[in-house]
Amino acid sequence: MVRGAPLQEVTLKLPMLPDMEIEASKAATSMAEAIEMSPDKVDEVRMAVVEACINAFEHSGAVHREVTLNVAVLGKSAAEKLCITVQDSGGGFEPDSVEEPSLERKLKAERKRGWGLKIIRGLMDEVEIRSSKSGTTVVMCKLR
Amino acid sequence: MTETLKLTLDRREEVAVIYTEGYINNQGGEEIARVAYELMEQGQKNLLLHLGGTKIVNSIGISILIEIIEKIIKIDGRLGFCSLTPTIEKTFHIMGIAQYAGIYSDEPAALEGFAASS
Repeated sequence: MVRGAPLQEVTLKLPMLPDMEIEASKAATSMAEAIEMSPDKVDEVRMAVVEACINAFEHSGAVHREVTLNVAVLGKSAAEKLCITVQDSGGGFEPDSVEEPSLERKLKAERKRGWGLKIIRGLMDEVEIRSSKSGTTVVMCKLR
Repeated sequence: MTETLKLTLDRREEVAVIYTEGYINNQGGEEIARVAYELMEQGQKNLLLHLGGTKIVNSIGISILIEIIEKIIKIDGRLGFCSLTPTIEKTFHIMGIAQYAGIYSDEPAALEGFAASS
């Protein structure tokens, strides 16, 4: 995903505490509203941010119980899209090895969870996941 | 401080309507499940979750709703959802929930849907 210099951005360090994903989503929705994104798109951004943060909180196993959130407005001269980056310093994972969840299988399975990435990909226009043993970065963008 | 989900219950003749207000996360999902399972134990087979007061859900909360779908299917009952925000409805479609639970625009449409298929 090619990314130029942001027109505006905010970066937050969020401790992995209950409901901290809501605080992250507030930062993202404020920026989305500031560039006059439609209410439905703002809502989709909010939900995707919640999911990305929950994934980091639950699965990263990061020793530093902290997530870095960056929300950036990108465009040449005017806002064209909003990109949110959620970064953790956990053990990473193989994004390509994550099985696509299906409700038919989940209904029969003990474990019903594992929907975060599917929801993020379904709600956002561009999604990129970079993961290594030193952490995971999820970059997701919504066109204005 | 965690966000608290408030639930209100309205038992109709054929359907029990559970109204939610607030964030459906893991605690919220568990609270809905607790009420739903109590109703099912009392013989209620048709449940309607009215999400008009819920603007945000997360996948952990939805996973608990999937457990409710699994249990209600086993007793030949039905779970419906109504008054969803467009994003929650889109999310339910992404997950395939619409194949296993009714999704209705509002409560009258939901009650009509339950009545039509009973």
